[in-house]
Amino acid sequence: MLTSDELQALWLTVRLAAVVTTILLLIGTPIAWWLARTRCRWKGPIAAIVALPLVLPPSVLGFYLLLVMGPHGPIGQLTEALGLGRLPFTFWGLVVASVFYSLPFMVQPLQTAFESIGERPLEVAATLRASPLDAFFTVAVPLALPGFLTASVLTFAHTVGEFGVVLMIGGNLPGVTRVASVQIYDHVEAFEYASAHRLSAVMLVFAFLVLLALYAWRPGARKGA
Amino acid sequence: MTCLELRRCKTTIFGFVLAIFSLLSGSPAFADEIQVAVAANFAAPMQKIAADFEKETGHKVQLAFGATGKFYAQIQNGAPFEVLLAADDTTPEKLEKEGLGVANSRFTYAIGKLVLWSTKAGYVDDKGEVLKRGDFKHLAIANPKLAPYGQAAVETLTALGLLATAQPKFVQGENIAQTHQFIATGNAELGFVALSQVMKDGRITEGSAWIVPSNLHDPIRQDAILLATGKGKAAPAALLKYLAGDKARAVIKSFGYDF
Repeated sequence: MLTSDELQALWLTVRLAAVVTTILLLIGTPIAWWLARTRCRWKGPIAAIVALPLVLPPSVLGFYLLLVMGPHGPIGQLTEALGLGRLPFTFWGLVVASVFYSLPFMVQPLQTAFESIGERPLEVAATLRASPLDAFFTVAVPLALPGFLTASVLTFAHTVGEFGVVLMIGGNLPGVTRVASVQIYDHVEAFEYASAHRLSAVMLVFAFLVLLALYAWRPGARKGA
Repeated sequence: MTCLELRRCKTTIFGFVLAIFSLLSGSPAFADEIQVAVAANFAAPMQKIAADFEKETGHKVQLAFGATGKFYAQIQNGAPFEVLLAADDTTPEKLEKEGLGVANSRFTYAIGKLVLWSTKAGYVDDKGEVLKRGDFKHLAIANPKLAPYGQAAVETLTALGLLATAQPKFVQGENIAQTHQFIATGNAELGFVALSQVMKDGRITEGSAWIVPSNLHDPIRQDAILLATGKGKAAPAALLKYLAGDKARAVIKSFGYDF
């Protein structure tokens, strides 16, 4: 049904989304934890920066990343100094871009989950002589588990649905940066509507199932993410 | 939110919808404004030509730049363009056959020239030997499936016998403008773009370039066509006539096109 090119694009998309979700779990959790508990005056600005990708057009992000990761940009010079080469047109370039782009989808549900735990359980844990780290892993994480689930699913799905940024920094390399959304765009532009339909249908069904799972899982949840 | 709350919300939502509609109706299309779809490689010359045309005739020209293939799909689906300046000659021909273009309005407004370009001075020599040296990581080309300049680039590499060695280094722009962007930002060391993108007033503006001899690829005939939406209107016809005139041609030539 699907050609090998299309399967390759889908597999690449899944791989990208999985890597990005894993990285964002590691980066996003401490940020969300800090945002949920801090009274620091930097909370507002940091929260705003985290939420930026929600409102910025992908073209802005793509354009800046192309400049920043290029040979004259700070990240580009850093990666070259480290012997990693340059990031645009590579899988890891897409990973870096997607980490920025999907950051709020990880941080915001986690932050909400952490906030809803409140002070009380952690205070109790402290009186039982749990260290803050211990309390985090044995009390906060289990209580925030639905939040982790929501955040991971949304991050994964959002990365799968990414298009503009990838188009701008990817260079359309099969198996490296040609993800499903870009492949569909190619098909449409080349008038290959049958192929576009097939791949689009896969994406549509996937997106629906993900969201269905998300909402069916938490019937009691009043707010989504 | 309960259902009751939702009902209370209705008036607010109604007001909101009204506000949106008033925003939409706030941008009427002007009667003799000409909607023109322009191939990305022709962006710079067309801006100049359109400005001159507006000054001379008082008509207003709205330009949209993009990939010819995308415009084709949009026109098929009812996009309001009245004139198409394509990057090839097959798209206008198809549109005419499908009744979306006006018969006998087609003509070649320019023949595009392909150039191998880098922002680094002295990097690209005037024989294209740099391609044989191969000391670069990325060679930017426009997607050959979608863009005539990308196809010409592949034909050129094939003619030089370098396609197999160059292909692994390809990075593809969705159209020729994005390809130019990959090179201009330094992310690709060099690439094939349209001469018009790197030439102004008859000279290369930046970096180094090799103008690909036109015998290495099929000619890039760029055709214009009057679209069905512009049929019978004076302004679009006047624009096409102006485009074929001496004044416009002088501009087109200064950007490195042939006729």
